[in-house]
Amino acid sequence: MSTLLELRGIEKRYDNGTLALAGVDLAVGRHEFVSLLGPSGCGKSTALKMIAGLSPVTAGSIDWTDKSADHAKDISFVFQEPTLMPWTQVFENVWLPLRLKGVSRQAAKPQIDAVLDKVGLAQFAHVYPRELSGGMKMRVSIARAMVTEPRLLLMDEPFAALDEMTRFKLNNDTLALWQAQQFTTIFVTHSVYESVYLSKRIIVMAARPGRIIADIPVDEPYPRLDSFRNTPRYAELCVKVSQALQRAGDHHG
Amino acid sequence: MAEPFQPAPDPGAVGALVPPSHLGGGGRTTGQTVQKILPFVVFGMALLAWELVVRINSIPHYILPAPTLVLGTLWDNLGSLMVSWLYTMKITFGALLLAVVGGVALAMLFALNKWVELCLFPFAIVLQVTPIVAIAPLILIFIDSTTAALLLCAWIVAFFPILSNTVVGLRSADHNLRDLFTLYRASPWQTLRFLLVPSAMPYFIAGLKIAGGLSLIGAVVAEFTAGAAGKETGLASRILEASFRTEIPKMFAALVLVSLTGIMIYLVFMGVSRLVLGKWHESEIKSSR
Repeated sequence: MSTLLELRGIEKRYDNGTLALAGVDLAVGRHEFVSLLGPSGCGKSTALKMIAGLSPVTAGSIDWTDKSADHAKDISFVFQEPTLMPWTQVFENVWLPLRLKGVSRQAAKPQIDAVLDKVGLAQFAHVYPRELSGGMKMRVSIARAMVTEPRLLLMDEPFAALDEMTRFKLNNDTLALWQAQQFTTIFVTHSVYESVYLSKRIIVMAARPGRIIADIPVDEPYPRLDSFRNTPRYAELCVKVSQALQRAGDHHG
Repeated sequence: MAEPFQPAPDPGAVGALVPPSHLGGGGRTTGQTVQKILPFVVFGMALLAWELVVRINSIPHYILPAPTLVLGTLWDNLGSLMVSWLYTMKITFGALLLAVVGGVALAMLFALNKWVELCLFPFAIVLQVTPIVAIAPLILIFIDSTTAALLLCAWIVAFFPILSNTVVGLRSADHNLRDLFTLYRASPWQTLRFLLVPSAMPYFIAGLKIAGGLSLIGAVVAEFTAGAAGKETGLASRILEASFRTEIPKMFAALVLVSLTGIMIYLVFMGVSRLVLGKWHESEIKSSR
């Protein structure tokens, strides 16, 4: 598997002197599904923002294998909240990334319709966000991220605020999209179970300062179905990841 | 290959898509009708009580005229009062327009540049905290044209709520959405148009509602200070004039016109608010419960 990007000795120090991340090295392969898992304050969200270019890197570098391409246009971001514009309808919300690139409504329409269809919201294009449930808002947020056909999808605890049934469903939908569209995903979560179910690889992080303490591969083939959650292999992996997370807690305890 | 995406929407969401009016029973509509009529009924009863008090106690009209007499006086003097009313309207809306243009432009400058705000905000506050009655005489001395002086007075009063609300509004954009605009490399103009202006709209409209009433107050107060001099005069001059001649019913008639103007301004901006925010902002959305 070829590398998409590599973090080398990444460090983040805030203006007040707090060291949020120290010496993080991480290579992410093309079409990988990597989860960043760790206690709060371990800098997993900060790492994601740095990859997106939304937060400056204090030391170290982020190197892309394909240096010629314009990476910013290949990245999409899904936040913990749906982060929709409440004043416009679903269609306009999904149009936003294309609109900012100067794509007209007419030209963007086929793409928007297709992506809304993929997230199961084809009939909801002309509805305001407030009329949707939490899960549906999150789907709109995912549709907006997918409409530019990104090579890298960054997700920052996207399903943390949803109920368990909705979360399971969105987990499956995310995996389906990821398999169909062949993008790379870096997924920040604090849930051991979610990370094991979704990922090819789990990066466990510890806090104060934020650093990587374990890199656990999940060698279960895709597509993964809900039945995967009932297998001994799943339980075994959850225990392994939990123990690593436990160590992460002990490190700064 | 990938498993197919299941298009079923989340449970519980469909109910939210039904317009609120479809949820209520028949009792709700009668309740709504009562709610709409009640304020008018109470107001009418208050007027009736006023009329009765004046008649029963035979209060002389130079102390307190009855509502019917006020209405009659208004009708008799409609021609001259209308001219004054139009003049007051001209000052009020002229000042409000200038307050909107100036307030929004300055708020955008403030939002773009911290230094501009740091340098200019003290002036805005000085304008805001100085009572208009206190500076109106000065303005009338400095500026030859009474109309221009009155406009300036009303503008000073109406300007600040627009400015301060719009500044807060422009800053209130969701920080994640800001990040998204940065990620997609939006130009400053795109960020302003697609993110900052819509985010600021509820705040701006709240400011507009306050400024609308204040510009009328500013116009009337400034004219009181200016006195009844000059060819072009507004309702405040009519009130002063009538008070000098102890024509109390005429005072009331002019007062009624001032109140009506205020109510009209209030209703217009309520409508604007509903039109602009009605579909999405919490303040304008009726609860479905």
